[in-house]
Amino acid sequence: MSAGSRAGRRLVRAGSLLAALGAWQLLTAYDVNLWLRFEQFPTVGEVASALADRVGTAAYWQDLGHSLRRIVTGFLLAAVLGVAAGTAIARSRWAADLLGPLVEVVRPIPAIALVPVAILLLPTNEQGIVFITCAAAFFPVLVSTRHAVRALSPGWEEAVLTMGGGRARVLWSVVLPGALPGVFGGLSVGIGVAWICVISAEMISGEYGVGYRTWQDYTVVDYPGVFVGMVTIGALGLLTSTVVELAGRRVTAWLPRPAARGAAPRTAPSAPVPAPASAPASADVPAPLPEKEPVP
Amino acid sequence: MSATVTSPPAAPPLAGAELALDGVRLGHPDGSALPGRLVLRVAPGEVLTVVGPSGCGKTTLLRTLAGLLPPLAGGVTQDGAPVRGPGADRALVFQHDALLPWRSVRANVELPLAIRGVDRAARRRDAEEWLERVGLAGHAARWPHQLSGGQRQRVQLARALAGRPRAVLMDEPFGALDAHTRTGMQDLLTRILDGTGATVVFVTHDVDEAVHLGDRIALLPSGRILDVPHPRDRAARDAPATAALRRRVLDSL
Repeated sequence: MSAGSRAGRRLVRAGSLLAALGAWQLLTAYDVNLWLRFEQFPTVGEVASALADRVGTAAYWQDLGHSLRRIVTGFLLAAVLGVAAGTAIARSRWAADLLGPLVEVVRPIPAIALVPVAILLLPTNEQGIVFITCAAAFFPVLVSTRHAVRALSPGWEEAVLTMGGGRARVLWSVVLPGALPGVFGGLSVGIGVAWICVISAEMISGEYGVGYRTWQDYTVVDYPGVFVGMVTIGALGLLTSTVVELAGRRVTAWLPRPAARGAAPRTAPSAPVPAPASAPASADVPAPLPEKEPVP
Repeated sequence: MSATVTSPPAAPPLAGAELALDGVRLGHPDGSALPGRLVLRVAPGEVLTVVGPSGCGKTTLLRTLAGLLPPLAGGVTQDGAPVRGPGADRALVFQHDALLPWRSVRANVELPLAIRGVDRAARRRDAEEWLERVGLAGHAARWPHQLSGGQRQRVQLARALAGRPRAVLMDEPFGALDAHTRTGMQDLLTRILDGTGATVVFVTHDVDEAVHLGDRIALLPSGRILDVPHPRDRAARDAPATAALRRRVLDSL
């Protein structure tokens, strides 16, 4: 029964996607003009053939490579810096006093608004784009890490201290592994905003890259080309967030998970973390889970 | 009592530590001090059980002995030297499992050995031995959350003792277990402490447990000490001296 329902659900998902494409095709093929105007809108077929053409060119893969390299560099930098800063703020009063206010002032500024800063500070456009991507992903990672570290049970640290462990041991054996579920909540959010910012930055100041190409197509009124860009961004985003998700599951294999599969209501494989603040609280405190206490 | 199933500990026993509180005022640095000053001496190798009404500072006492909490006044010493902070000499066993959930059962038991710098192979061997001693040899690769509450407390015991502490401070370690499991755990504790020589301070709210396990019983908040006539002897449960002691402890609460 559960297998049947799983296949059924897959069918529904595929059906939903196909229906959306079908509706798009119909609206555009018949040039529907009901307040929303579909005359200029490319059809699914046009986008598909444009995509097929582009995929055969070296330029397409070059753009893709540029965007990927930028996001991977920026995101990894943000991950390292965000975890380090978040941990420091959560663990040290000095760090909290020195960095805390600064972070709260810079955080509300959209990363893409930092373009002038990037242009002033950094010698090349390339570095500017990486800087903006990094700035975008940094804050979700920092905030999630900070909350996750603060939510750690003090008993774990005390246990390690009474085994003779020092600060470094507590950091590596308790703080960082214990915060990982929350950190990955932040990384999931971070990779999403990193894509938004890498594409926007490429549109503004890039040479090469998917965002740059998409904007170029728009300026020469190549609408199927614009949609090819969008599809490419979507696919790349799916790829990178899946990688983050799988890595997260791998390093948090120790978390208690519901045993039920298939029938269990799955809300989109846990990637969208609603607010970084709530991620650690829900994810990394195994203690209050309902537990039976059977006689061993 | 008899070590029928368990093998004796591999290394020669270390001498237990002598712990002393000298006119200590217990409390938290934020100002919530407990009334009175405590004078207490725990002899090397003895089992001192601590009973008292809830909120009387039993846990605070243990954390102060461990060095996690500085006393508000007075001094804490181990073998005459002041205790300035937590250390591997005084292991703490918590009521709720303080096992690190991201480490397998084996890796949890190996942790104090890793901290002490024991090499990987010896660490593995020691951990396996301790897990066998607490009857969990087949569970080494599991995550803590896959064990029952009683099993997790056994892992905690193994982990605390694997570090070869000279004193073990236990904070109601069996408090969350059902009566049957609890009796089994008391016997297990008695068995595996045998030969370690470690001093034990065992906090409990269960008078029967205190009377059974202790060499002496400390009553909080007064700090009065009572001798136990038949320590760790199940057969003497109904002996007149034991019954009289139980009554005295109950009256004091």
